[in-house]
Amino acid sequence: MIQIENLHKSYVMGHNSLHVLKGLELGIEEGEFVSIMGSSGSGKSTLLNILGILDDYDKGTYYLGGKLIQGLNETKAAMTRNKMIGFIFQSFNLISFKNAMENVALPLYYQKVSRKRRNQIALEYLDRLGLKDWAHHLPSELSGGQKQRVAIARALISQPQIILADEPTGALDSTTSFEVMEILKEINDQGKTVIIVTHEHDIAAMTKKIIRLKDGVIEEVIKNGELQLFKDRVRTE
Amino acid sequence: MFDVDVWQEIFSTIKKNKLRTFLTGFSVAWGIFMLMILLGSGNGLQNGVKEEFSSNSINIMWMWTGDTSIPFEGMKEGRTIKFNNGDYSYLKEKGENIENVSSRYYLPGTIIYTYKNEYGSFETSSCHPSLLGMEKVNIVSGRFINDLDLNDFRKVIVIGDNIKKALFKEEDPIGKYVKLNNVPFKVIGLTFDKDRHSERTAYIPVSTAQRIFNGADRVHTFAVTTKMVSTAEEAEAITDKVREGLAARHKFDPKDKKAMGSFNMLAQYIRTMKIFQAIKIFVWIIGIGTLIAGIVGVSNIMLILVKERTREIGIRKALGASPASVITLVLLESVLITTVAGYAGLLLGVGIMEGINYGLEQALATGGGEGIFFRNPTVDFTTAITSMIILVVSGALAGYLPARKAANVKPIEALRDE
Repeated sequence: MIQIENLHKSYVMGHNSLHVLKGLELGIEEGEFVSIMGSSGSGKSTLLNILGILDDYDKGTYYLGGKLIQGLNETKAAMTRNKMIGFIFQSFNLISFKNAMENVALPLYYQKVSRKRRNQIALEYLDRLGLKDWAHHLPSELSGGQKQRVAIARALISQPQIILADEPTGALDSTTSFEVMEILKEINDQGKTVIIVTHEHDIAAMTKKIIRLKDGVIEEVIKNGELQLFKDRVRTE
Repeated sequence: MFDVDVWQEIFSTIKKNKLRTFLTGFSVAWGIFMLMILLGSGNGLQNGVKEEFSSNSINIMWMWTGDTSIPFEGMKEGRTIKFNNGDYSYLKEKGENIENVSSRYYLPGTIIYTYKNEYGSFETSSCHPSLLGMEKVNIVSGRFINDLDLNDFRKVIVIGDNIKKALFKEEDPIGKYVKLNNVPFKVIGLTFDKDRHSERTAYIPVSTAQRIFNGADRVHTFAVTTKMVSTAEEAEAITDKVREGLAARHKFDPKDKKAMGSFNMLAQYIRTMKIFQAIKIFVWIIGIGTLIAGIVGVSNIMLILVKERTREIGIRKALGASPASVITLVLLESVLITTVAGYAGLLLGVGIMEGINYGLEQALATGGGEGIFFRNPTVDFTTAITSMIILVVSGALAGYLPARKAANVKPIEALRDE
């Protein structure tokens, strides 16, 4: 699903150049449930932005679903994001003056789906996430967990190949966090590739593969079977 | 562009920021409102002055005589100059750039008009038939003096509405005889003038007047129409030429304004209209200036709006909004605000001017409003449409910079958690 080879990215700030990703190699198969971890400055946000086609890279190759993602113009990038990637953000990023249903339907608006049809689909997705009764509420009238579930519905509605979640539980209490992770797991069980970026070990431990970044390269990959070991190690740290 | 969804998006943002949208729109509405008021007033003033001119042909010129004030070819000053029928023939046949000529002989003393038991004194204007097209004479029944009347020295008279009311009351005066100092004249026509320039005036053929009232071939004044020219200088040149011709006939200095007086309406008219052209340009400059202030206001507000909505635009872009769709959103909102607000200002401005116009017309109809140099202070359709086009274009201009800024929003930066 995702094939990254020799990925380099640096940011120019004034006269200084900050080399963030230094020849990163990464492969993620279809249907995987991966978390990316790393301390701040390790390059995990940069990697997520490149994965989500929100940012360009300097060197290397990035294949998403067999398609080379390189030097796309803004319109093309927007189209690709819309069709292939579902985003979930830490601060939900719902549009405040649109109700839950309209927020969920927004990606379909950019696919030129008629208003009636996209609202109907949005209702189905909200129903699936147990929020049907809240469809006509504004985000300000929803709890944090409900907001994130609306955001998840919005990420799913365009039936993307991968779900990218940036600290999806960062703004939630632990009970709600586990609920959200449970939902993401279900989505994964249905065959979708889910990639989350997090710095919380217990959240990462709920995924099936952990990729730890350090100084712009992958330091370690912990696979499913080794997770128990990882958990124990975390506890002792 | 006329996608219902786009409009719903725009209306939802406008609804969210009612006060700001109103204030933004107000500056534009105010600009167009002022433009309409200024243009309307300018038009009103111009129409009012035009109306004053319109009591006569604008290319009319009057000439009269007096005593010389400059010695000429050995003759002392103080000679009395008198026009005669020869001058009429001269002007008619040899006058350069002269189209029509009418001479007038002033009837001596007070002329008493009598019909049955009614009598009164009115102004008698002796003239040629051509006066009809030169001065404002509005025949409402019968006819004006013609060449036959003139050649046969017929005793015929055209009377104004006031004279008819005073002498004939409700009777139809046409064909009746009115006595002027005991000389019977047959009434052939009736004039009416709603601005009452000539209601107390009667017209008789100049030939008849000279014969009956001992005028011989004496002429007191000439009214002529000149060729239409477009500059005041050309009009003055025509006057000078006519003066030279008549001065040669009567042996006085052409520059002697006392010997012969003249007034060229056309030169006056052209100068006055020039002033109005200048006023019109001035009004447009001020109006456009006010409008620009409004547009800068819209642009400013839209910039702030885009800045405030950076995050929302970032979300939209992450979810698949193309730069074009973002530009459309901002641009259309800007055009919508300017057009709607501008249209409101336009309606209000035009409405107020129409209201003033209505009031003026009422005042004029009831006999008031005398001497008001203000007529029909309205803005014509073309001007209103032009203003509307200016509005839409300026709305697009106002939205352009903010829209470009919005299109350049980078989703990663917009979505970064603060």
